Amino acid sequence: MKPFTYERATTPAEAAAAVVRHPGAKFIAGGTNLLDLMKLEIEAPQHLVDVNTLKLDRIERTPDGGVRIGALVDNTALASDERIRKDYGVLSRAIVAGASGQLRNKATTAGNLLQRTRCPYFYDTNQPCNKRKPGSGCAAIGGYSRQLAVIGVSNACIATYPGDMAIALRVLDAKVETVNAGGQTRTIPMADFHRLPGDTPHIETALAQGELITAVTLPRPIQGTHIYHKVRDRNSYAFALVSIAAVIQRDGRGRVAVGGVAHKPWRVETAEPAMPQGASAVASRLMAGAKPTHDNAFKVPLVERTLAAVMAEAKTA
Amino acid sequence: MIERSGIQATRRGVLVGGSASVALTTLPLGSAEAAPAVEPPKMKVSLQVNGKQATLELDTRTTLLDALREHMHLTGSKKGCDHGQCGACTVMVNGKRINSCLSLAVMHEGDKVTTIEGLGMPGNLHPMQAAFVKHDGFQCGYCTPGQICSAVAVLDEIEAGVPSHASASLTARPQASNAEMRERMSGNICRCGAYSNILEAMHEVAGTDVAGARA
Ligand SMILES: Cc1cc2nc3c(=O)[nH]c(=O)nc-3n(C[C@H](O)[C@H](O)[C@H](O)COP(=O)(O)OP(=O)(O)OC[C@H]3O[C@@H](n4cnc5c(N)ncnc54)[C@H](O)[C@@H]3O)c2cc1C
Ligand code: SF4
Ligand code: FES
Ligand code: FES
Repeated sequence: MKPFTYERATTPAEAAAAVVRHPGAKFIAGGTNLLDLMKLEIEAPQHLVDVNTLKLDRIERTPDGGVRIGALVDNTALASDERIRKDYGVLSRAIVAGASGQLRNKATTAGNLLQRTRCPYFYDTNQPCNKRKPGSGCAAIGGYSRQLAVIGVSNACIATYPGDMAIALRVLDAKVETVNAGGQTRTIPMADFHRLPGDTPHIETALAQGELITAVTLPRPIQGTHIYHKVRDRNSYAFALVSIAAVIQRDGRGRVAVGGVAHKPWRVETAEPAMPQGASAVASRLMAGAKPTHDNAFKVPLVERTLAAVMAEAKTA
Repeated sequence: MIERSGIQATRRGVLVGGSASVALTTLPLGSAEAAPAVEPPKMKVSLQVNGKQATLELDTRTTLLDALREHMHLTGSKKGCDHGQCGACTVMVNGKRINSCLSLAVMHEGDKVTTIEGLGMPGNLHPMQAAFVKHDGFQCGYCTPGQICSAVAVLDEIEAGVPSHASASLTARPQASNAEMRERMSGNICRCGAYSNILEAMHEVAGTDVAGARA
């Protein structure tokens, strides 16, 4: 690990200002992704701003009947919150399908959203990787790509966004609230938060340097059956090959977002009117234009089959 | 304690020697000495470990695991992967289990840390430690301190109603069943495969049978 200086933040805007002030500075929350990457020197911040002191760890009702989740609420607390379990079950389910109990106790809402890809070549510093080292090439294209993306890919990068929680947040139409060094706040819809790789796979989100996430908000609850279905190589403690977050009504209408297939949580709103017609009708629209590799072509039919399983579960629920 | 750290130093000496000899073939002799011009940043941190207050001055890079093992000589917590994947470093911080390898020591100012040594020592074992002994919940023992810390925390989490991937319902109270305990222990890997005996030890402490019913 490269040496770094460390400070504890005092206010959200001060935290943002501290990151802007120090070149190569980063926020640290749970540390479970950042420290992992710092040990491998994939990340090498020269200064860390600890945001755990910011008291952004509350879950509260919003005036419009939704919920505001502080950026520092840990994954265990969020999945266990009574309001989340009752009204936003897909979110609780997605969280407990990810990582391990120890990691969820440390992982924060903001840190989880910002976790970086698990592409094996991103982790292997001996390999070219446009995300880790812009312009160096992509070892995954033409390499071992079983886990990687099948849709929204570019010639520069075929990595996936690996997280579970964000897939549920996408289906729930969550919004990300931020503050910058000047104290200005803004709200970013989940749909626009993560980016596709394009020519700049190292730019992963809509956040500016030093912009701090303060909260994630959920609109008022949507009725229906909440399901998160994660398909992986073992039944616990593994990243998704394909995952589906869905909220489905009695009459078969609903919404669906897919994990493990793209550089961001994958949702195509125009595919959703086809929900009552069944999985095949939805999946063909959702996955239209997919460009899988030889290794990961299985993910395209797997999306349809997982969706069929989710729809069958919703019928019996 | 002195003897033990002597052994560690010897082991480390072998490792350093090994890598230095590799370095010598590629680097001119002087470059190794010229390396860091400035001292890496250090910071003070005060925390409570197993009920005892401690103040340490540490390189900011020191993980909680390394602070416990190398600086406080609490070598019960183990380093398996150092990347959050195996659970051997599991300790409890303010009553919650975490992987101490993925946490910086300086981030624990004022925290209360409980390690395997704090749960119990020979002659005064924690019920979970005694149950692991009774049910042979280990073979080589390397993963065991992490398994025991996790197992204690898992029963607390079930008691507190924290849901898991194995919970059939998000609103009903979780039970200490096989399925629940296996799922919740999946962040602790055991290379010897002592899993089923670990489960028996946990049932004994929880006072449940395989289905999770109170015995
Ligand atoms: C072995 C292992 C298995 C895992 N399995 C899964 C899995 O199956 N599913 C899954 O979803 N995840 C999984 N994870 C990832 C885990 O969920 C993340 O590491 C965790 O959520 C990151 O949260 P954190 O608070 O620790 O982030 P940190 O490591 O502290 O930070 C991550 C990033 O977010 C930035 N950041 C943090 N807070 C803020 C803020 N408020 N504003 C702006 N930027 C901020 C940091 O600068 C950093 O770049 C796994 C991790 C490990 C180690
Ligand atoms: S797919 Fe993306 S992350 Fe993986 S090697 Fe290529 S550029 Fe890097
Ligand atoms: S040493 Fe911490 S999880 Fe493996
Ligand atoms: S007892 Fe040997 S690794 Fe678990």
